[in-house]
Amino acid sequence: MKHSTFFWFILPSLTAMILFIALPIVSVFIQSLHIEHEQVLIVSESCDPFGCEETTSVDTEASSKLRAEKPLGRFNGLKTYTNRMILAFDEVGEAWRTTDSFREFWDRVFNLPFYKSLTFTITYTFVVTPFVLILGFFVALGVNNLPKILKGPTIFSSLLPMIVTPLVGSLILFWMVDGDGVIGATLQNIFNDNSLSLKASPLLTWIMLMVYGVWHLSPFSFIVFYAGLQTVPQETLEAAMIDGATKLQRMRHVVIPHLMPLVIFISLILLMDNFRVFEPILGFSAEAHATSLSWLIFSHLRESAFPLYNVAGATSMITILGVTILLTPVLIRTWRDFNRKGH
Amino acid sequence: MFLKRLTLIGAFITLMGSSVYAADCGPAGQSIRILASDFPAIHAVAGAAEDNCGGAAAEFNRNHTTEARQIMNAAQTPNPAEYTSVIVANSTLVQLMNDGLVRPLNDLVGKYGGHLKQNQLITIDDNIMAIAFMANSQHMFYRTDILGQAGVEGLPATYDEVLAAAEKIRAAGIMEHPLVMNLKVGWNVGEVFNTIYLAHGGDFFKSGSAEPSINNEKGIAALNTMKALVEYAHPDHLTQASDQTQGLWEAGKAAIGFMWGSRGGVILDDEGSSEEVVSNTVLSGAPTVTGGSIPGATLWWDGITIATNVSDSEAEATFAALVSGMTTEMVSKHNDDAIWLIDGFKPGPAAAGVSATASGGAKSYPMFAQMGLLHNALGAELVDFLKGSESAEQALTDVEAVYVAGAKDAGYL
Repeated sequence: MKHSTFFWFILPSLTAMILFIALPIVSVFIQSLHIEHEQVLIVSESCDPFGCEETTSVDTEASSKLRAEKPLGRFNGLKTYTNRMILAFDEVGEAWRTTDSFREFWDRVFNLPFYKSLTFTITYTFVVTPFVLILGFFVALGVNNLPKILKGPTIFSSLLPMIVTPLVGSLILFWMVDGDGVIGATLQNIFNDNSLSLKASPLLTWIMLMVYGVWHLSPFSFIVFYAGLQTVPQETLEAAMIDGATKLQRMRHVVIPHLMPLVIFISLILLMDNFRVFEPILGFSAEAHATSLSWLIFSHLRESAFPLYNVAGATSMITILGVTILLTPVLIRTWRDFNRKGH
Repeated sequence: MFLKRLTLIGAFITLMGSSVYAADCGPAGQSIRILASDFPAIHAVAGAAEDNCGGAAAEFNRNHTTEARQIMNAAQTPNPAEYTSVIVANSTLVQLMNDGLVRPLNDLVGKYGGHLKQNQLITIDDNIMAIAFMANSQHMFYRTDILGQAGVEGLPATYDEVLAAAEKIRAAGIMEHPLVMNLKVGWNVGEVFNTIYLAHGGDFFKSGSAEPSINNEKGIAALNTMKALVEYAHPDHLTQASDQTQGLWEAGKAAIGFMWGSRGGVILDDEGSSEEVVSNTVLSGAPTVTGGSIPGATLWWDGITIATNVSDSEAEATFAALVSGMTTEMVSKHNDDAIWLIDGFKPGPAAAGVSATASGGAKSYPMFAQMGLLHNALGAELVDFLKGSESAEQALTDVEAVYVAGAKDAGYL
């Protein structure tokens, strides 16, 4: 293709990408470098139906004058990134100096909101991704071996977890695992423990969220693998059979190598998706035990009356960075494959 | 001549007094747009305003949403503002005032507010910023039958008595977790701490500044009280807010509750629960610390404000319409929907808890400009302590650290 033709082809999507993705990211980055103006506080007496109290209020005239002069706020440099809300250099450094064992150090670091969220996000990503890959693969194999008449309904019902909106799906499960819900009450019965609660224990909450994640995303890898299975070359399979390969050997030496590019594609998408885990945390009201980076951004933006745009912006930038780091190995591999094939 | 004039005036006064005469709606043909939260009492006031003055106005829109406080500042900042009035509570008034989005009402009160009571006027340094119409606070709910069964005499009035009663119920094998409280991570947890901290006589900030002052003995004592209470709360307490606690109560799964007064009417009505629960539920004031006198609750009011960024005639019409809804007739029609601050309210059993708490001298939810930041920090950082993975001192240190970091970014420190 001529370079100019390619350019005209890609121009619309390139424009959209710059306008709606690249520029907003730049603006979020700039925002993350600024903090609010100083608020001019005045002490005042406020009276309500229950009595009078001395309080502080903002001198809005003085404050709005400051804001009009410099709408972006005060320049803060990278301090937002390093303060306690995010990377917490001072606190981590102090924890390192003052603790003896690694465990103690880790406890102190885990106490900081950003590291707490990062730990859960990474654990979630690395637990859910392989499980989804494996489970999806086996479901695809199973469906592929079904008699034709059963295939349609099975495919549809296997896709259901993905069709259900994440928030709705997690809310339904949230009520089912409640102490009075179907799953919760059954578990209490099995273990004969009336105070057993999936929502009260950090470990069980993590497991619940991850099981939900696997359940919700497996259909995606299933359908991609299933499509891949339709393209497995029959000649090679027959040749392997003639050579006396067992079912397992055919699987290992023919089917799986054929599906390898799909594995890379699915992991790429799954890593991105799982790193942004958000809805289940809201749906399961799991904030007490598990928070993710996306949830952190949400909570900073939602602190009504005091949205901390700079912290939310900085956390967003770090999330983008995290996704990039996660994807790098996979992308490098794809690039190498591409080069090999190209030459 | 004189006589004729007198009869005219007399006729006019009778006309004013009779219900035939429509309320004074101020300038006609204006646009009235109201943003409000979504519960029966607010519907009652805004609905009465619409009935009275909807005809005189060119348009009368009401947006009732539980997300009001999330959108109000963004909606009111442009000129002209999206809404001519926002119906607020203590903390949301501060939220709007921080950005200068509500106007003083002194002139309008003089013109249209003759029937308002002095204590309905919310003033900041003599500027009337809002007109309150109802009150709310947290307080205790008790199941007298279960307390009696467990051998508890009278209603517990202090935290120690509450704990002792809970222990008795547990020991008698009636309920393992007799207590319900709104302890959902975030705003609710922070609010429970606020109430207990106020009962211990604590101050949130160093006087006249935005420096926090909660990391002290009172803070630690409050946290320990909170932890002791949580021992008796449902295991899922960190996921429970008002809807869940009300549900547990109505299902008969709790005997001692620390919930909002606004839930009282809903629990005591004949829907959603059994006769046994309803007839044995008694509402009483918030507990104090042993030997203390301040009930552990925050008093709230809900009231109307008028936007800064709208034309004066729109502001006047909106104000006139809304205060025309705050009448004895409206209250008598919706008596049990709220604890009304308006004349003509007849407190029923659902109002007992809030009245006892308010007359016991409970404090209002603090109106500090920076209070929301501290509340957020409390909601996020106390959880580790309640889960038992952190000491009270550490939790309060964390709260102050988070607050200070946020307050610096927001320009308060």
